[in-house]
Amino acid sequence: MRAIIRIPASIGHYVNDRLWRLGYASRFLFIILIQSGTCLIRPRLVLRETYFIGVQSLIIILVSGMFVGLVLGLQMYDTLERFGSGEGVGTVVALALVRELGPVLSALLFASRAGTAVTAEIGLMKTTEQLSAMEMMAIEPVARVIAPRFWAGIISLPLLTSMFNVMGIFGGYLVGVKLLGVDEGIFWSQMQATVDFREDVLNGIIKSVVFAVAVIMIAVFEGYNSPPTAEGVSAATTRAVVTSSLAILALDFVLTAFMFRGI
Amino acid sequence: MNRTVMDIWVGIFVAIGIGATVFVALRVANLASSTSEATYQVTAEFSNIGGLKVRAPVKSAGVVVGRVTDITLDTQKYVAMVSMNLEQRYPFSQDTSASILTSGLLGEQYVGLESGAESENLTDGGKITLTSSALVLESLISEFLLDKASE
Repeated sequence: MRAIIRIPASIGHYVNDRLWRLGYASRFLFIILIQSGTCLIRPRLVLRETYFIGVQSLIIILVSGMFVGLVLGLQMYDTLERFGSGEGVGTVVALALVRELGPVLSALLFASRAGTAVTAEIGLMKTTEQLSAMEMMAIEPVARVIAPRFWAGIISLPLLTSMFNVMGIFGGYLVGVKLLGVDEGIFWSQMQATVDFREDVLNGIIKSVVFAVAVIMIAVFEGYNSPPTAEGVSAATTRAVVTSSLAILALDFVLTAFMFRGI
Repeated sequence: MNRTVMDIWVGIFVAIGIGATVFVALRVANLASSTSEATYQVTAEFSNIGGLKVRAPVKSAGVVVGRVTDITLDTQKYVAMVSMNLEQRYPFSQDTSASILTSGLLGEQYVGLESGAESENLTDGGKITLTSSALVLESLISEFLLDKASE
């Protein structure tokens, strides 16, 4: 009899908890936006966080972009050559990167490289009562700690995505032109004829901005909301990666469905 | 870490990021050459447009002179109305003929223009009256089969 009551009760508790979390996160986003004035008055705060979030993610983004481009070049050339159109490798690599792989992969890498660091840092600040200490000194922790990280993330990810794209296309160029002997002129001209600025490049940038908001929002929220214990911080960090990865992939589907429906 | 060094790194980071965006815009998407020139709009009626799509190129002698902007069905005559924007620097005579062609065997479809002999040129809102439709493979094959059968 107990179990019959307990199962629906636990489901209800789970749903309740998720809904509460979603509502709190939305309210938190609103608070961050209200408290962002400090970032305008003291841009150095954002600059400092851009260093830790953006600049330190450079290596992983550049190296991964390179390898993704190399692999894409090899695979696409192999497939296209069966239809006798191996010169199209530049087009395929550029389109795949600019539209899809660039924004998604760099957001996933960014979530695991920078998002976790932000969550753990804020969680630890909360655990060691630094945030409470700030409140004691009449410093708003959201304005001083959360908002600069939030804006630094939104600045960093689109820039990192562009670098990822360039490295990927360079990787495709190396494989296609230097290794497999596609003609250099055809490689670039086919790419330029097919890739459209508004349709492909701009939509890719919009995607990466949306992903940046999602990833950094989840990261700061999980950190700020983490239980102030060692297990709490580790659980929050794990949850930040899992949630933001799922959010990126789900958002990507929605955005792609809106942007590239193929006229 | 020293504050100045941090500033420099962030500066380099932002500069590379913007540089990468510009590279993608110019080198990959070729934004520089697709400048928004002054255009004029003309329409043409086709009895069948095949697989022609909006934004397909309009070519004359192989040179891209404009783009298809809109395709609608005229419910009075049940023909396709194709609107296209042509660049102002390419004038075409009023008896220009338009046909829907395919680049390569399986390539994309485009509108091909061939200028006529008349001295007056098409103006904005003008209409191309001489048109020939897209070749639809199925009707081509069925025509060929009927020909064979009647022999």
